[in-house]
Amino acid sequence: MNTILLTAFLGIVLMMIGAFSKSKTLPRFVAIGGIIVILIANMVELLSQESFFTFNVKNMLTFNSFNLAFIGVALLCTLIYFLLSGSAIEKVGSYVAEYFALLFFVLCGVAISATFNTLLMLFIGIEIISIPLYILTGSDKRNLKSNEAALKYFLMGAFSTGIMLMGIAFIYGGNDQATFYISQLGFGVGKMSPLIAIGLVFLLISMSFKVSAVPFHFWTPDVYDGAPTVFTSFMATIVKAAGFFAFLRLFDNGFGVLQPQWQKLIVLITAATLVLGNLTAVFQQSVKRMLAYSSIAQAGFMLFALFALNEKAKEGLILYAAAYSLATIGIFAILIKMKDYTIDGFNGLAKKQPVLAVTGLVFLLSLTGVPLTAGFQSKFYMLMAAAEVASYTWLIILAVLCAAISAYYYFKIIQAIFFKESSSAEGDLTENITPAFKLMLIITAVLIILLGVMPGLLTDWLYY
Amino acid sequence: MEIRWYIGLAVALFSIGVMGVLTRRNAIIVFMCIELMLNAVNLLLVAFSKMHALSPVGLTNPSVVSNAQIFVFFIMVVAAAEVAVGLAIIVMMYRNTHVVDINFLNRLKN
Repeated sequence: MNTILLTAFLGIVLMMIGAFSKSKTLPRFVAIGGIIVILIANMVELLSQESFFTFNVKNMLTFNSFNLAFIGVALLCTLIYFLLSGSAIEKVGSYVAEYFALLFFVLCGVAISATFNTLLMLFIGIEIISIPLYILTGSDKRNLKSNEAALKYFLMGAFSTGIMLMGIAFIYGGNDQATFYISQLGFGVGKMSPLIAIGLVFLLISMSFKVSAVPFHFWTPDVYDGAPTVFTSFMATIVKAAGFFAFLRLFDNGFGVLQPQWQKLIVLITAATLVLGNLTAVFQQSVKRMLAYSSIAQAGFMLFALFALNEKAKEGLILYAAAYSLATIGIFAILIKMKDYTIDGFNGLAKKQPVLAVTGLVFLLSLTGVPLTAGFQSKFYMLMAAAEVASYTWLIILAVLCAAISAYYYFKIIQAIFFKESSSAEGDLTENITPAFKLMLIITAVLIILLGVMPGLLTDWLYY
Repeated sequence: MEIRWYIGLAVALFSIGVMGVLTRRNAIIVFMCIELMLNAVNLLLVAFSKMHALSPVGLTNPSVVSNAQIFVFFIMVVAAAEVAVGLAIIVMMYRNTHVVDINFLNRLKN
């Protein structure tokens, strides 16, 4: 509850600052201060199980340690994102306070869609996430690519919302409880009405749209490529993780006797996402576009949580959200500082900016899933969760093969950084780098390694 | 009337919306088709809510029935917010390119 109210409040405060203050740097400091306060408030709620505010939400939202731990991860990643890329947000356009305000509204949506208990709240949460993102995608108003990305994202998002609502309406009509509460729906108990079956498929399609799982991924590369790079970094990490979390919570209660049918569907989506995401990423020349495809490929691994639907999967998803978000935010922060977004633009970075090169190495290794990094642990948890279900061993082998393919395109960047000479001898590869930025990169890299060595630091929070 | 007529009408409207989104090239018309999809859902929710009013659960606990009708208001509000943002995006694109054609949207492909 703390997070939902405080993020919405801070969003309004930032809008007011935008209206009454001309300062360009003030919004960033308010945003960083605010997110720290919200993070602390969320941790207090997690430890004491009591919110500062008491409202009767009629059980429409549930605040258990699993949900609150995920919100904590999302807030922590946002804090690191603000510290690393906050100055880049100021360069997007002249409405700095509004950008931060919209990011806070997105966080409010993340908190709602992480705690929803009825289909109504799921819909509201997803919409509160999406609508500010449409604006942020198009925030570079003179840039045609940004315009195009915004329009495409908007049309696709609204279309998938329509499908989701149709699914919700069918589920409402099909169950004889006349309820929207997911705990009362009880899929797979007794005979399932055809209306509910259609509704579930519609919900599956629309959620796949939101998390960009193949075959509903086609908007992702274009939107991620066209949006201003700072906002791509936010969309590809925190928002995507929140989408997956909502996806998992929606189908968390399992399907009883229908579990095998559900698994058949989700296995197809998972396999297609893994293969297509990884294979297309191999052929990209622009690092930004490659990271967009890599986010589809990583989504394939997160889909394992939906396939398994057990305790390990929950732990794994939280760990994966943290590992993937931290590494991607880090690599995007480096990318934003680069003058050239192609892979060749990274040539010889190790000689000119050793700190960026080494931290970038850690981020890329974590995305690949090399042992001792958080990426390895999270992939391991996911595969372990899937292995408990058995019956689909080939899928696990496919996932490992795809992780090997992903090594190819991540290592292409590493090769460019460390083993290639820069073509322009005198010019700088990057824009000005401050010591504070380097320090934040090092902290992020250390966090990733720490999570890789001791995943318990994060997963233990689930059982408070 | 029986519920199936309402389901039929709502599904027909929804399908017209989906077909419009998939085939039309004018951004405004695509947008109108999306609104049509949302309104088909509104119709269906209200119809189902009246259906549940006569079912055993609705007769024992009448307050349950209004849930879906309140849901409809939420959909309307969210759709209005989406219109505000969506039209702004379309106007922004029109200012830069002087077309509202979706075929224009292929610069990112290469």
